[in-house]
Amino acid sequence: MNVIVCIKQIPDPATPYRLEEGTNWLIRPDEQILDDTDRYGVEMGLQLVEPDGGTVTVVSMGPAGSGQGIRQALAMGADEAVLIEDSSLRGSDALTTARVVAAAIGRREFDLVIAGTESTDGYSGVVPQMIAEILGVPALTYATKVEVAEDSVTIHRQTVAGYDVVSSGLPAVVSVTAGVVEPRYPTFKGIMDAKKKPIETLSMGDLGTERAPEQLVLSIVDAPERTAGRKIEDDGDAHEAIVALLAERKVI
Amino acid sequence: MAAVWVFVEQEGDRPSSLGLELLAKGRELGDVTAVLLGPGSDDIYTTLGDHGAKAVLRVDGGDRLPSGPVAAALADRARTDSPDLVLLGQAYNDRDIAGRLAARLGVGVLSNASDVRLTGGGVETDHEILGGSQIATASASQGPYIVLARPKSFVAEEVGGGAPAVEELDLPDIGAAEGRITETHVEEREGPQLGEASIVVSGGRGLGSADAYELVERLGKQLKAATGATRAIVDAGWVPYAKQVGQTGKTVKPEVYIACGISGAMQHLVGMKDSKTIVAINKDADAPIFSIADLGVVGDVHKVLPKLIEALESR
Repeated sequence: MNVIVCIKQIPDPATPYRLEEGTNWLIRPDEQILDDTDRYGVEMGLQLVEPDGGTVTVVSMGPAGSGQGIRQALAMGADEAVLIEDSSLRGSDALTTARVVAAAIGRREFDLVIAGTESTDGYSGVVPQMIAEILGVPALTYATKVEVAEDSVTIHRQTVAGYDVVSSGLPAVVSVTAGVVEPRYPTFKGIMDAKKKPIETLSMGDLGTERAPEQLVLSIVDAPERTAGRKIEDDGDAHEAIVALLAERKVI
Repeated sequence: MAAVWVFVEQEGDRPSSLGLELLAKGRELGDVTAVLLGPGSDDIYTTLGDHGAKAVLRVDGGDRLPSGPVAAALADRARTDSPDLVLLGQAYNDRDIAGRLAARLGVGVLSNASDVRLTGGGVETDHEILGGSQIATASASQGPYIVLARPKSFVAEEVGGGAPAVEELDLPDIGAAEGRITETHVEEREGPQLGEASIVVSGGRGLGSADAYELVERLGKQLKAATGATRAIVDAGWVPYAKQVGQTGKTVKPEVYIACGISGAMQHLVGMKDSKTIVAINKDADAPIFSIADLGVVGDVHKVLPKLIEALESR
């Protein structure tokens, strides 16, 4: 069973994000981390290949920088990485990203593609579905549970009311929610091994695909600010202030 | 008039509230065709007409996973009807259909929009970015423009239109891309839903442990509120994904939002900052949540919440 996991290196969400003057693109520092949501995808992939063998390949698009985020996925146990890095891809929208990632995936034999439901820095939330459409395979999305059989995959798909059980043949794309599995922490051995694992670097010229029609950021303005109200220290009676406010708002 | 397609999903025997919100915006922008996902009914068509739909394209795949076949059928139809705008919501099936439809048509998706305008052949969408502190206006160079709008961006409105013309769209065979829904589970849920409750009580990392979420649930029950959570504690597995409020979760705009042990990460603020009144309880006096709270309590949730629950019980 060969699993491809789509991952993304993102600026640490704990640091303030900044936009580049002129283009309004997100500034990506050299040191980027593995998007937390992708740890679930990597873990899922590892768990699916462990029983009967196979490979887990992580695929990522974006500036390599220090490569720390990709090494994180390799340190968890992924076998190898494919990185598409090309300055012409700066500011890519979801469809361009999907075309590029799908083209990189299409160069390999694969049974299953796993992705998070949306990235933490861009959150367009449509890239896995687009990849599936381009590859001509099903997109089983928002999975809270994933099981793979000989030539089929079955998931619990989150819905507004609860969940559906959804199945399809392979190959397929599955997008996983946080909590689908418990991601492992890299071991010391994993971190050392990751340094020796292969990272294949591709550019647009290797892929035979093209950018989607352009999307532009026309302007950015400050949102109307919401101002802070009263701040009190709890001296043991702070709950009374809350009760008073709820009563004033007529909700109790 | 611009031709606007608005995606509306059927929930039970009614159109979803998100769909009705989108119809209000669609009607403002042009002639609306509602794309209804579901078995449909005369009552539903009447409601869609009342909310401004002039025509209905019904798509219903039964137990087929809708995204593949619906996107294929809509792509074919879009090539002949050439809608200027396809408006969907930031919701599960909407996202799946938008993504596949966009890839088929070779155009992008403008995601997470809080507003959309058609401007003499072009499109402009607003997006709250960086935790809602700034608003970016974006545009796409090629139509049909496919836009995903965040729930609660628009207000549903009955305008009393006539009965719409209803047409059923055949869903094509999509071969290997097909998925099947084999079971549907409705989870038992107590109390009001996150998107509709007038009070929301949410918990974050400051609760310290999964067990402490019980305090949030008890307060919620006392206030007949819906209970929510930050992404951090959803990721930590303390509560299910369905409770997540924020950029990658639900958007809520209740009368009162009570944030318990929530620091106020950008990802969370986007989902709740438009609540009418915000109460925050957090140990860290410098937590960003206090900058938007109407009442900020610097204190330990484990001390404040039990007293608050007790005080409410004795009222």
